[in-house]
Amino acid sequence: MAVQPARMKVTNEPMIEINGMHKWYGDFHVLKDINLTVMKGERIVVCGPSGSGKSTMIRCINRLEEHQRGTIIVDGIELTSDLKHIDQVRREVGMVFQHFNLFPHLTVLENLTLAPIWVRKMPKKDADEAAMKYLERVKIPEQASKYPGQLSGGQQQRVAIARSLCMNPKIMLFDEPTSALDPEMIKEVLDVMVDLAKTGMTMICVTHEMGFARTVANRVIFMDEGEIIEENEPEEFFHHPKSDRTKLFLSQILH
Amino acid sequence: MAEAIVKHERHVDLPPPKSEVGIYGWLYHNLFSTWLNVILTVIGLTISGWAIWTILDFAVFGAVWTGEGREACQTESGALIHACWIFIGARFGQFMYGFYPLAERWRVDFSFLLLALAVAPVFLRDEWIRKKIGLAVAVVATLLTLAYGVGPAALTAFMMFAPYGLVYNRLGTILPRSDDNALIGFAVRLAVIVGAGAVGYVLAGAIVGDAEATPIGWMAAFMTFGLVTLNRAGVKAWIVFLLIFIYPFAAFYLWVGTAFGLEYVETSLWGGLFLTLVVAGTGIAVSLPIGIVFALGRRSHMPAVRTVSVAFIEFWRGVPLITVLFMSSVMLPLFLPEGVNFDKLLRALIGVALFSAAYMAEVVRGGLQAIPKGQYEAAGAMGLGYWQMMRLIILPQALKLVIPGIVNTFIGLFKDTTLVLIIGLFDLLGIVQAAATDPKWLGMAVEGYVFTAFVFWIFCFGMSRYSMYIERKLHTGHHR
Repeated sequence: MAVQPARMKVTNEPMIEINGMHKWYGDFHVLKDINLTVMKGERIVVCGPSGSGKSTMIRCINRLEEHQRGTIIVDGIELTSDLKHIDQVRREVGMVFQHFNLFPHLTVLENLTLAPIWVRKMPKKDADEAAMKYLERVKIPEQASKYPGQLSGGQQQRVAIARSLCMNPKIMLFDEPTSALDPEMIKEVLDVMVDLAKTGMTMICVTHEMGFARTVANRVIFMDEGEIIEENEPEEFFHHPKSDRTKLFLSQILH
Repeated sequence: MAEAIVKHERHVDLPPPKSEVGIYGWLYHNLFSTWLNVILTVIGLTISGWAIWTILDFAVFGAVWTGEGREACQTESGALIHACWIFIGARFGQFMYGFYPLAERWRVDFSFLLLALAVAPVFLRDEWIRKKIGLAVAVVATLLTLAYGVGPAALTAFMMFAPYGLVYNRLGTILPRSDDNALIGFAVRLAVIVGAGAVGYVLAGAIVGDAEATPIGWMAAFMTFGLVTLNRAGVKAWIVFLLIFIYPFAAFYLWVGTAFGLEYVETSLWGGLFLTLVVAGTGIAVSLPIGIVFALGRRSHMPAVRTVSVAFIEFWRGVPLITVLFMSSVMLPLFLPEGVNFDKLLRALIGVALFSAAYMAEVVRGGLQAIPKGQYEAAGAMGLGYWQMMRLIILPQALKLVIPGIVNTFIGLFKDTTLVLIIGLFDLLGIVQAAATDPKWLGMAVEGYVFTAFVFWIFCFGMSRYSMYIERKLHTGHHR
C-alpha cells in the first residue's frame, strides 16, 4: 500500500538533471547515454542486474565517479572537475553505502558530528544536539557513545543514515542499503527510509527491495548493461513491464 | 515421512572438566602431559636454573659494588672474576653527559625535566588538569626556582604557560573567519604572528639583551601561531603543539647556551646517553611527520608529487646509514662554499632523520593501503577535503594499524644512533668503549657493554610496552 501521497508532494523544481551522460572505465563503456531528471521531493528506485551500472550512475551524482561525456546538474550546480563545485554538491547530497562505511575509530556521536563541525563549521554543542535529534529519529539514541564495531548491521546502517542527515542534505542517495544485512535487520532500515520519504526528501535508491519500491517510489528505473531500459510508475512497472529485459529480470527476482 | 524431533527443555551450562582449567590443568597440558615432556621439562629447568645462577653470581651476588679503583675488584692473584660495578659508578657522569662541562650539566637535567612536565598531562585526565593545574604549576615553578635559579624558572613558566594557560583562549575566533575568505583570514593571521614575533624581538632586545632577542622573538611568533590556530583544541592538542614548536627552542637554548645568561657549550662536547637521546629523539620526532608526508605523496594522483616521493624513499632506503653519516660529515663540507659550515651534529641529525623518514614512509604506506576504499568514499561524500579526510579519517586509522611497525622503526633508529661513533660523536656506546680502553680501568669492557645493553634495553622495552598500551587504548571494536 502506498504512503499518503499528499505528504510526499513532488514539485516541478528539478533537483538533478542528467543529460546524455556517458562513462568509461578504461575501454569499458559502463554508462551509455543516461538521461534522467529528478524533481524536488521525488523518490526514485533504481534496479537492475548486477553490473548494470546502477551504482556507478548514482555515484556520478556526487562525483565519487567521474563522467566523461554529457552533463550532470545537481541543485543548479554543474559537476565538472572544479573542486569547489564538487564540494558544494557533496555538502547537499547525502549518501548511504551498502557496507555502511562508518568511521570505526570514532564513536557513533562523533561519526555524526564530524562533517557538521568540519565542513559546515557548526559549533560542537549545536552539532551534538542535532546529532542526538537524528539518532532519535533512527531510534538508537542510546548507542551514541558506542563504537560502530559494537553495533549490529542494522543499527550501523541506521547510524549511517543519521550521519548523512546531519548535514541537512537536499538529496539522499542510497546505494543498496540493505544488501549487506541479515534478513531480520532489513526491516528496521527500510522503516527508517520510509519515514524519511514521508518528510519529502528527494531520494534515489538503488535496491532490490521491491516492497519498498512499491510503497515509496514514484518512479522505478530499470537499468541493464549501462542503459536505462525502462522508467515507469511502480504499479505499471511491476504489473505491466514493457521491455522483455525488464520482464526477464522481474521474473527472476519476484519468483 | 519421519517424525519431527523436538527438544522442549534447554540444556544447562556445565563447568569444564578439571583437567582443562586451573593451575593443574596448565601444568599438565604444558609440562607433564607425556613421559617425553616430563624429561624435557626437567632438562629445561636444569639448564635455565644453571644459567640464571651463573648470571646472578657474576652480576649481583659476587659483584663488587663499593670500593675505590680497579684494585678493589681484583682477587689476590690479580684476576677479575666478578662484575666490577664501581667502574660504572666512577664514570657515570661521563656516560650520561659526555664531555659536557661539569658545572653546566644541570642544564641537560633541566631540559629533560621540562620535557617530562610538558608530557605529563598526557597521562592525566583533562578534568583533573583543569581543577588542579594552577596549584601544580605554582608548586613546580617554586621548586624549580629554588633548584635552578630564576632564569630557568622563567623559561619553565613560559613553557607551562603555553599549554595550560591558553587552552581556553578565543583569539582565533575574534579574527576574520578563514573559511569565508581564505585569503583574508590567512593574511590577517600571518600579520598577527609576524607582528608578535617582531614585537617580541624588539622588546626582548631592549629589555633583556641582544642575545635574547632572537629566541624570544621566535617563541613569541610560535606562541601566537598557536593562539590563532588552536582555539577549539583541548589540552592534548596544546601539548602536541608545545612539543613541536616551543620545546625544541627551549631545549636548544638550554643545551647550546649563548642566551639567558647560559654559557656556550659546543656540540662536540655533547655525549653519552644525552647525545643518544638527542639523536634518537630528533630522529623519532622528525621522521614520523616527514614519513607521513612522503607516504601520502607516494599514493598521490599527481605524477610530480608521486615521483618526488618515490625518489626520496628509494634513495634513502637504498643507502646504508653509515654511508649517510659518513657523507654528511666528510663529503658535504666539500660541496659547501667556503665559510659556510654546518655543525657536525646537526648534519648527523638531519641524516638520521631523513634516513628513518624513508622507512617510516613505507610503514605508514602499509597502513594507508589497509584502509578500505569505502572510508575515503564516505569521507568524500560528506564533503571533507583531502587534508581533512586524511587528518580526521584515514591517518588515525592507518597509523593505529601500523603502531607495531612504527615502534619497530623507532626502536631500530634508537639503536642505530650508536653509529654516530664513526663520525667522531661519542654517544653512550662510544663513550663506554672509550672509557674501557682507559689503562686505569683495563678489563672493564664486559661491565661497560652490559651496562650499555641494559640502558638500551630499558628504553627499547619501554617503547615497546608503551606502544602495546596505546594499541589497547585505541582499540574500538569487539573484544574477541
